[in-house]
Amino acid sequence: MTMKLPIYMDYNSTTPMDPRVREAMTPYETDTFGNAASRSHSYGWVAEEAVEKAREQVANLIGATAPEIIFTSGATESDNLALKGVAHMYGMTKADKLLLETIAKGHRDGSLSDAEKMIPPRFGSVDLDALADQGAAEYFSGRGDHIITVETEHKAILDSAKRLEKEGYRVTYLPVQANGLIRLEELEAAITEDTILVSVMFANNEIGVIQPVAEIGALCRKHKVLFHTDAVQAVGKVPVDVNEMNIDLLSISAHKMYGPKGVGALYVRRRRPRVRLEATIDGGGHERGMRSGTLNVAGIVGLGAAAEVCARDMSAEAERLVGLRDRFWNRLKSELDEIFMNGHEEQRLPGNANISFAFVEGEAMMMAIKDVAVSSGSACTSASLEPSYVLRALGVGDELAHSSIRFGFGRFTTEEEVDYVADLVIGRVKKLRDMSPLYEMHQQGIDLSTIEWAAH
Amino acid sequence: MAYNDKVIDHYENPRNVGSMSHEDPDVGTGLVGAPACGDVMRLQIKVNAEGIIEDAKFKTFGCGSAIASSSLVTEWVKGKPLEYAEQLQNTEIVKELSLPPVKVHCSVLAEDAIKAAVADWRAKKGAKSETPAPDAPAAEESAQA
Repeated sequence: MTMKLPIYMDYNSTTPMDPRVREAMTPYETDTFGNAASRSHSYGWVAEEAVEKAREQVANLIGATAPEIIFTSGATESDNLALKGVAHMYGMTKADKLLLETIAKGHRDGSLSDAEKMIPPRFGSVDLDALADQGAAEYFSGRGDHIITVETEHKAILDSAKRLEKEGYRVTYLPVQANGLIRLEELEAAITEDTILVSVMFANNEIGVIQPVAEIGALCRKHKVLFHTDAVQAVGKVPVDVNEMNIDLLSISAHKMYGPKGVGALYVRRRRPRVRLEATIDGGGHERGMRSGTLNVAGIVGLGAAAEVCARDMSAEAERLVGLRDRFWNRLKSELDEIFMNGHEEQRLPGNANISFAFVEGEAMMMAIKDVAVSSGSACTSASLEPSYVLRALGVGDELAHSSIRFGFGRFTTEEEVDYVADLVIGRVKKLRDMSPLYEMHQQGIDLSTIEWAAH
Repeated sequence: MAYNDKVIDHYENPRNVGSMSHEDPDVGTGLVGAPACGDVMRLQIKVNAEGIIEDAKFKTFGCGSAIASSSLVTEWVKGKPLEYAEQLQNTEIVKELSLPPVKVHCSVLAEDAIKAAVADWRAKKGAKSETPAPDAPAAEESAQA
């Protein structure tokens, strides 16, 4: 049998567009080109109608209502908007509190003549007398400066959090267990009265583990802290319900669910509680003022169509992908020793298998299977020469992190492809192990950890 | 990442993969690198009485460029005098394989490995016979890339 090469097995990175999505988008890329914000003619009305239909489709997939969906350029923007938008709307740094308290004291003792005018406009109106009476801690109580997230988050979250740290916010990065999941006790212990937001990803992009989102949501609700989840890998793959799971904000990307690139969404809860955000992009006040910019109508239509297909096919597709993944894993296990599945074995995305092949370096492995598109946690695939921070956070040793390959199966992956790749991998791992001094030492019973390696 | 054709050739058809016995008094072994850094090279040479490298073998845990660098070095040193191996510079490997800057450390490791193998051979000879090998150097420091 001849196999059509290359074979795409990197569905956690991006997905091909579903033909049904492409079909839905086409009219909006050609004749129906109107601006959804144009209220004065039919071009605008047609575009707006299409956008509102997509809003419904996306909302349906996650158990939300249409007005709660804010369209963005993708999940990176959604993550940025969620973290920075919440921090700036609800939070206040200790330095800012001190600044305002100092102004209030100057106002009270008369040392500042025009104290009112010294308040930077971004703080809105401040009652200096009340502030001087109560002190900043009490006057601004409820405006905390603390955010909790997780070490294994996507860089869009981690780097947004770091940006907020530079502004003076405090961030706790929760560790994960060896299976990739956080401990709920640790999350609860990290929540203080200064905590304004918890952001925990739904499913991890590298290792596919699914966090206990419903439990996290319940915990956040109990402590009256907003809960954001980067659900890019989960939406459309596993059931997501923002109400059952007490999710207040949720990031979505179209291209991870068989939609187009360059479009995503942020779910922003409107009731109990009504979540408000400070916009990160200023302009015409689109999307309830939370995200200005002319809407990407065709892209949004694509996201909506993708969401509808997922809603309809998700359970059957998940079952099929679990079958393929197990088939692949079992085949590898039957032929190869010393291979490890990274992350929780069951609580994971249907199509993800992140596997470490001990004694074989990840990049060499990818080169060996160059007709198969996969990705590696190896240092050598990045410019930094650092192995995957996600695998490190799991406590996977650096050598196994260097030996990891992420296989992502998806909607268009066939059983034939899975078998072909499994056999290819088995053959190549054996060949590379024949070439590996570490495998030889392992077979001779030498404990590699007892050798004094010269780090370089 | 696109690989140079020579890297791909050495990677797909590695020369001189294998092991020689550590016990053999004529065999020098260099083991450099660290698993945690993503590359370990073991380079072995068998040296005859005339100081000629009769055989060379390698095993490498590492990326394609690391495998190609070690394969290339075994090919180069076979049949050459020890001095050739000692004078081998990583820059020659970089040039031959057109390694990009991010892969230069692979060539450094290969240079370290061959020098460590020569040093090991000299140490063995120095320890086992009264007649010292010609200008026996101090034991080579291992990998430092």
